[in-house]
Amino acid sequence: MSLRFLSAALACLVCTSARAGEIPPDQRRSGYELMSRETRAIQDDDTTNPGMLWVLDGEALWNRKAGTADRACAACHGDARTSMKGVAARYPAFDAALGRPVNLEQRINFCRTGRQKAPPLAFESRELLALTAYVARQSRDLPINIAIDARNKPFLDAGSEAFHRRQGQLNLACSQCHDDNWGKRLAGSLIPQAHPTGYPLYRLEWQGLGSLERRLRNCLIGIRAEPHAYGAPEFVDLELYLMWRANGMKVETPAVRP
Amino acid sequence: MAKRQVGLCLLCHSGPFPEERFQGDLAPDLTGVGARLSEGQIRQRMVDSTKLNPQTIMPAYYRTEGLTRVAPAFRGKTVLTPEQIEDVVAYLVTLK
Ligand code: HEC
Ligand code: HEC
Repeated sequence: MSLRFLSAALACLVCTSARAGEIPPDQRRSGYELMSRETRAIQDDDTTNPGMLWVLDGEALWNRKAGTADRACAACHGDARTSMKGVAARYPAFDAALGRPVNLEQRINFCRTGRQKAPPLAFESRELLALTAYVARQSRDLPINIAIDARNKPFLDAGSEAFHRRQGQLNLACSQCHDDNWGKRLAGSLIPQAHPTGYPLYRLEWQGLGSLERRLRNCLIGIRAEPHAYGAPEFVDLELYLMWRANGMKVETPAVRP
Repeated sequence: MAKRQVGLCLLCHSGPFPEERFQGDLAPDLTGVGARLSEGQIRQRMVDSTKLNPQTIMPAYYRTEGLTRVAPAFRGKTVLTPEQIEDVVAYLVTLK
């Protein structure tokens, strides 16, 4: 690839970040900061944080042999506390074989099918959420770190376009709530800035752990737009944009939200 | 009853409804709207407020054209029926 093409792509990154209505870096807030003190306390203490139950399940699955290869995740990756440190902070990441970014759940399933020779785990299944939460837990307190290069730039742009596009019967864009009106009340709910810092996370309303895509489906259904299927390229592009938009903010997995 | 439909409005608006616990603050308070605006002006804002302000976040309650990725259950349908809109308008004009 020519240097000129690369520097043109880099110059364009600046245009993405200069978009009107965007939240200046020093005013970014995690959903955590907008929560009540009681809900923050539930997240802060591992002994009360319900998400830790999934993390513990994930640790057991990490060490359990699976598939016709009869191998555990640990057989290839060893101790997750070192090998998985910082991994979740840079996902969705570009997958060379697919030629596009994949999210952490998809990456875990590629290891299941490709290395363990086991069937993929269903999106939002207890097992996939548990493994994802366990892997992401190893990045807690590390800064989100999405590096954009010429390969994933088109997908970032597609995600940005989707974030700023009005959609659904109520004709609202994500940015109209999360960039322009964060901190205000939509009926009883405080509108957060939509930083994906804590996923998978425990939502009191769900009474369970859920992925970022589950949250995005809730917002899409709320504006009466057609939700994408789990793992759909459109969703992963949007996740990439949200993670990039939160670059430098700390991973909180497993977070708790109202 | 118009009050039920007004429930959707309270996602964004507040108003003189002490019995409604959760009211939004994304939009002007509807208290006194019947004194500020005529019946026609209120109707116009409900039917399609983007005609007045293309950037508004207020959904058009009577419009099916020019929308993107509408969920199948709502495709080709307006948010409220003409009768429901008339009910709400008739109610809002009384908020003086
Ligand atoms: C009409 C307003 C509205 C629109 C439009 C909207 N959301 Fe949200 N969103 C909310 C509210 C309110 C919450 C918080 C829900 C709660 O905590 O009860 C939320 C939560 C979120 C969160 C979770 C943040 C956290 O701290 O965990 C993310 C991420 C998010 N939205 C992304 C999006 C995306 C992407 C879109 C567009 C596809 C979108 N939203 C459209 C109102 C909206
Ligand atoms: C997603 C947010 C939202 C919803 C839902 C909503 N509105 Fe609004 N509405 C607004 C905003 C914002 C304004 C301010 C003017 C503008 O932006 O165009 C407004 C303005 C108005 C006005 C003019 C008020 C004034 O004092 O000038 C009326 C009347 C009104 N809305 C009625 C309604 C009714 C009735 C409903 C429900 C059937 C409703 N709105 C639902 C956001 C909303």
